[in-house]
Amino acid sequence: MPYRLLKYAFKNPEELGDPRYFDQPEKLKSSYDVVIIGGGGHGLACAYYLARDFGITNVAVLEQGYVGGGNTGRNTTIVRSNYLTPEGVKFYDESLKLYLDLSDDLDINLMYSTRGHFTLAHSDSAMRTSRWRAETNKHLGIDSEVVDRQFIKNEVPYLDLDCGGTHPIMGALYHGPGAVARHDAVAWGYGRAANVRGVEIHQKTQVTGIKTNDDGTKVVGVETNRGFVQAGKVISMVAGSSPRITSMVGLKTPIEIFPLQACVTEPVKPFMDTIIVSGSLHCYVSQSSRGEMVMGASADPQELHSTRSSFDFVEGLTDQMMDLLPFTGGLRLMRQWAGMCDMTPDFAPIMGKTPIDNFYLDGGWGTWGFKATPVSGKTMAYTVANDKVHDLIKPFGLDRFDTYKLVGEKGAASVGH
Amino acid sequence: MSYRLQEQPFEWIDRSKTVNIEVEGRPMRGFEGDTISSTMLANGVIHMGRSFKYHRIRGPFTFANHDINALFENADKTHVRGDVELAEDGLKLKGANTIGGIAKDKFRHLSLLSRFLVVGFYYKGLFKPRFLRPFYERIIRESAGLGKVDLNWRGGRKSKRYGFCDVLVIGAGPAGMAAAKAAAESGAQVMLVDENAQIGGSLDYQYANDASVADTRSELKEAVLNNENIEVHTSSVAVGWYTDNWMPINTPNGIIKVRAEQVVMATGLFEQPSIFHKNDVPGVMMASAAQRMIARYAIKPCEVAAMVVANEDGYRAALDLLKAGVKINAIADLEDHEDRGDLAKQVKAQGVQIYDHHGIYEVEGKDRVTSATLCPLNASGELDTSRKTTVPCDGVMMSVGWAPATHMLFQCKADIKYDATIGQFRAQSLPEGMFAAGRVNGVFDIKDQIADGAGAGQQAAAAAKGESADVQRPEPTKVRQSHEYPIFSHPKAKNFLDYDEDIQLKDYINAAKEGFDNIELIKRFSTNGMGPSQGKHSNMNGIRILAKHTGKSIDETGSTTARPMFHPTPVGHLGGRRFRAERVTPMQESHVAHKAVFMEAGAWLRPEYYDTEATRTESIHAEVNAVRTGLGIIDVSTLGKIEVFGPDAPEVMDRICTMRMSNMKIGMTRYALVVDEAGVITDDGVVVRYADDHFYYTTTTGSSDPAFRTLQKQILEWGLKAEAVNRTGQLQAMNLAGPLARQKLAPLTDIDLSEEAFPYLAARTGTMYGKPVTLARVGFVGELGYEIHCLSGDAAEIWDNLLRDCADAGIRPFGVEAQRLLRLEKGHVIVTQDTDGLTNPYEAGMPWAVHMKKDFFIGKRSLEILKPLQARKLMGFMFPESYSGGTPKECHLLIKDGELNGRITSVSYSPTFNRYLGLAYVDDMNANVGDAVNVRLDDGALVEAELVSLPFYDPEGKRQTCDVDGTEEKVA
Ligand SMILES: Cc1cc2nc3c(=O)[nH]c(=O)nc-3n(C[C@H](O)[C@H](O)[C@H](O)COP(=O)(O)OP(=O)(O)OC[C@H]3O[C@@H](n4cnc5c(N)ncnc54)[C@H](O)[C@@H]3O)c2cc1C
Repeated sequence: MPYRLLKYAFKNPEELGDPRYFDQPEKLKSSYDVVIIGGGGHGLACAYYLARDFGITNVAVLEQGYVGGGNTGRNTTIVRSNYLTPEGVKFYDESLKLYLDLSDDLDINLMYSTRGHFTLAHSDSAMRTSRWRAETNKHLGIDSEVVDRQFIKNEVPYLDLDCGGTHPIMGALYHGPGAVARHDAVAWGYGRAANVRGVEIHQKTQVTGIKTNDDGTKVVGVETNRGFVQAGKVISMVAGSSPRITSMVGLKTPIEIFPLQACVTEPVKPFMDTIIVSGSLHCYVSQSSRGEMVMGASADPQELHSTRSSFDFVEGLTDQMMDLLPFTGGLRLMRQWAGMCDMTPDFAPIMGKTPIDNFYLDGGWGTWGFKATPVSGKTMAYTVANDKVHDLIKPFGLDRFDTYKLVGEKGAASVGH
Repeated sequence: MSYRLQEQPFEWIDRSKTVNIEVEGRPMRGFEGDTISSTMLANGVIHMGRSFKYHRIRGPFTFANHDINALFENADKTHVRGDVELAEDGLKLKGANTIGGIAKDKFRHLSLLSRFLVVGFYYKGLFKPRFLRPFYERIIRESAGLGKVDLNWRGGRKSKRYGFCDVLVIGAGPAGMAAAKAAAESGAQVMLVDENAQIGGSLDYQYANDASVADTRSELKEAVLNNENIEVHTSSVAVGWYTDNWMPINTPNGIIKVRAEQVVMATGLFEQPSIFHKNDVPGVMMASAAQRMIARYAIKPCEVAAMVVANEDGYRAALDLLKAGVKINAIADLEDHEDRGDLAKQVKAQGVQIYDHHGIYEVEGKDRVTSATLCPLNASGELDTSRKTTVPCDGVMMSVGWAPATHMLFQCKADIKYDATIGQFRAQSLPEGMFAAGRVNGVFDIKDQIADGAGAGQQAAAAAKGESADVQRPEPTKVRQSHEYPIFSHPKAKNFLDYDEDIQLKDYINAAKEGFDNIELIKRFSTNGMGPSQGKHSNMNGIRILAKHTGKSIDETGSTTARPMFHPTPVGHLGGRRFRAERVTPMQESHVAHKAVFMEAGAWLRPEYYDTEATRTESIHAEVNAVRTGLGIIDVSTLGKIEVFGPDAPEVMDRICTMRMSNMKIGMTRYALVVDEAGVITDDGVVVRYADDHFYYTTTTGSSDPAFRTLQKQILEWGLKAEAVNRTGQLQAMNLAGPLARQKLAPLTDIDLSEEAFPYLAARTGTMYGKPVTLARVGFVGELGYEIHCLSGDAAEIWDNLLRDCADAGIRPFGVEAQRLLRLEKGHVIVTQDTDGLTNPYEAGMPWAVHMKKDFFIGKRSLEILKPLQARKLMGFMFPESYSGGTPKECHLLIKDGELNGRITSVSYSPTFNRYLGLAYVDDMNANVGDAVNVRLDDGALVEAELVSLPFYDPEGKRQTCDVDGTEEKVA
């Protein structure tokens, strides 16, 4: 029995309770140095790093619902760094490194589990993209290889390499460091660590407007359902609600909202250690620490600002899944859900400063932003504290859509997330 | 000991047919219609499985399709739900989630550790010290999950079908049957579904002994089963509600996808447990579970019972128990039995000791309950534990309240509020197309339920006709049916809130104390409701506990989101029959006869090469050689083929393509390059102008559908007068290419092929072998060639005839690989291979294909901006003829001074040049033809290649444009 759990054994079970993870302050203060809109992983991480690294603690995280209830609590938790562009690879690799120490940093078991990540290739063009990614990754020191059928067979013997007879698997991109983690714990851990350092977390607090100076060049505060709050700086970290927030300050971005859906089976005894993604079949799967098969696909084909589930999604997904893993036909699907994803044209995020003073943006996370939670928090905190864009996120500025310096991650992010 | 009773009036078992099953080696006998659990009970076995977390022994609990602790498995399947799945003759099962069987489970003592395994323990422990993390992870993973999956199992796919009806009624209890009957009698086509094996619902188990409904029962059943306008599906579950009443019904034979005009939810209720110490010991169960056992399977739930009740239904159950010969030692009524009406009096009259204002505080017993201890309730609703009454019993039945099956009502966004009078959630208003009836609607009196169902059925039938029916529906009951707080703490805990996840009261309260005092957060932290029953027995109590803890109302506390699936649904049913479209062209037979080796291109099968020589490479090179020196033919029928006509057709083409098309001459072709709004190349092909207002163009194989979609959308958006028709399936195409092409083709067509009449890039219509064709003189492979477009019905004949009539010229069919090589030698790009997600025409070396003088085309503005920003260019490169190192491959990188300098997009060994050559992006605008570049191979070795000008082959383009009729030598 691990010693950390021993302490619980000698207390009255109904009077155990550890301290609260997040306080529930009665009132909003009239003014904060920094207001973070959005209490997802990104917002809470940013608050934590602002406090820890820069001593900025007069910070409020305003969350319209509950902590982690947005995409942070809906995602399929894949963490990897085998992206396609050098900018992307460096950025996500930094995040992966932060994740490795994060359980200790935050003193919470994030169940970060390195599993190995296969991106299956069913066509010669998919093989080409795999090689492109592998070569770029290796160049940047990332563990990433094109592997053949035999390798896949050894590692994942229960996969049907012939895919039921159509579009057989030719090979794969294999990424050893690919991992999964417990999404909720990431939000809670950051939230608690920020809270302990003096950051206020206000749940059920919705930002309804953003106040600027008269000519709209500078943000001075936010309107909320609980009243007006003055703010030295405002950071929007709202993922699927980004267009709503940016429209409050008249800022145009190319973000469009597409739903992304996922589902889980009943929990079964763990048999699957790896994460498997098939771009050609539009599906991916891993097994959670609870034993559920966590499955997803690419984003829905049409824009929609809603988290409704669709039956088409489970029909299509399960059909393809049985080609990959034929025994899943006998399992039962237990639950499905959706999140609103803030997609960008080049499948890379939008981060950093904006043309409006004191207003910072962290969005465009689409279907791939969970893995970036630590590095986004850290680099955005740096950017806000110094009013200077962190080197790692320079390629992701909003102005790239004016200057056409796009990032080009589509090939690595559309199904793999 | 057998629990089987004598015959019950509505029992589901057929006593004339026995079934034999084996559970963990123990043979058991039951009857047809028995479930696994009822068979076990009939054979005196109450231990049905082990719980998830602590591996506690558990018995039957709900008999309502959420006995998650009675899960079984065998080689064929896992997660077999004992409470509802039929005992089929010969079935052999073992308990899921056990090591060594239900009785001797290796983890059976885990419960002793429960003090350590506090709520959220896996977040709090099991990660320090760090070097032990892999070990902890192994432990967590070993204890995760329930059933074991057989990785060699195959199957499970069941065909799906569509279903149509005016009124879909979900739930065939009293309200649902009445709704179906009324709707059908109003002329509607009705579908009635119920998850149970038989219709009847609570009428047959809760009201089995109620003489006052005997006539109604037979009347309703008769009407439902014999009305040809009612389609009845039993053992069928509505999976969920999706937008526009799209409701998949999972039947034993597969899923029926129903688009229902109108839906009547008559889904009833789930009984909820009282929470007290050891409320999970086998023998403790829902009162309705006991009633189901008795009425459906003629199983006596126990010999001596104790009960805790908070509604009249509890007394109804008590009467059923008494009738079945069960002795009731005590009934703890959480309120006053005097207020319960007649049934309570009847029970009392039979000599049962009733303890008013009492609850059950704890029960005793290890393998089975042996006694129950009752305590009086004090004014604040807590048990006064100084006054205990202990009664012996081997069964404890709980009837303290219900939770309505509102899942699908939540999904359709009904306005649902807590009705404090009844003590349950109830829809205040419903969206169009949706009705609720019966107890889910708060209507409890059995006659009212039937009237409510009938009313809803009438209204739904009228609504389906676009009318409205003026129907008086009964009011919801004014009598409390569910107790506000049947939940009691205990210093020794083991008072379970959620049986799937083994969550005790303290776990939940501690989660709230630790800051997770929001209904969604607490679900996530404590895992309440996350197991396979998805909170059906635990969500409501969870809400009550949290509301009390935070001092908020039930409505303020809210409920967690009710997501599909209603019950977990087999993946094989959801996926359905496997159907993979596979497209072949009319020339398929010939391809096979010529030993084609096929490759998949999307849904298409295309000859990759023809396996005529010793090796694949030799075969491909032979095909290349034929085209370069004689004659070859390739089937290009998979190209997208789109016609655009109408007065604005020229304008449409100008806007879609980067080149100007409106100034094309009739009878000419032009290269069509298409970019998106960001200026990124998405497609290419050839445009033919048939007439002023009539164009025909080809797209790449994969693009025909998206290109056509874009075209249609744009024509509409632009409001132009033009029509587009996708003729991809109607027309076929083949490319006859090689120096002998004209010479051999001329005699076979009535089209004049002379250079003057039919120059390079022209297109002509006429006939071949008497069939209508369009010939286009294009040059993708770099030789004199004619693309022949014809009707599908004629294609195979033309192809076969050509092969026959050109045999003397050594004609060879060639495949995709040879074509790739031929075009590479010619320096032509393949969109998606030589372009990526950001490539614009400047980078791809095609500035000539962009006509900036046009007012507008899609992507124009972007290209204006992109042009001066160009930072890479597509260039040709060659390896020395003497090169003998590793194989260069597509997507190998170019490296300069240790930094990335580009990427190979196409590379091949060219039989024409006897060396490797290819295309690559070079990230250096100063790179020049003649420069050396370094390519990094698989093994990391850097090898040198030389940048050369494009095309490699026939730079002057003589071979396509001039007369090369078989006379010239091989160029280069
Ligand atoms: C089904 C699915 C699967 C995914 N899988 C992966 C994966 O495997 N790997 C991966 O890396 N990424 C994945 N993602 C993407 C990832 O979940 C997101 O990019 C990431 O969680 C975004 O985090 P966030 O903190 O920026 O946003 P969120 O977690 O969405 O937090 C934003 C918060 O802002 C709040 N908010 C919005 N508007 C307001 C307002 N006006 N006032 C106050 N608060 C407001 C919201 O309530 C929300 O809680 C997936 C996404 C989905 C939907």
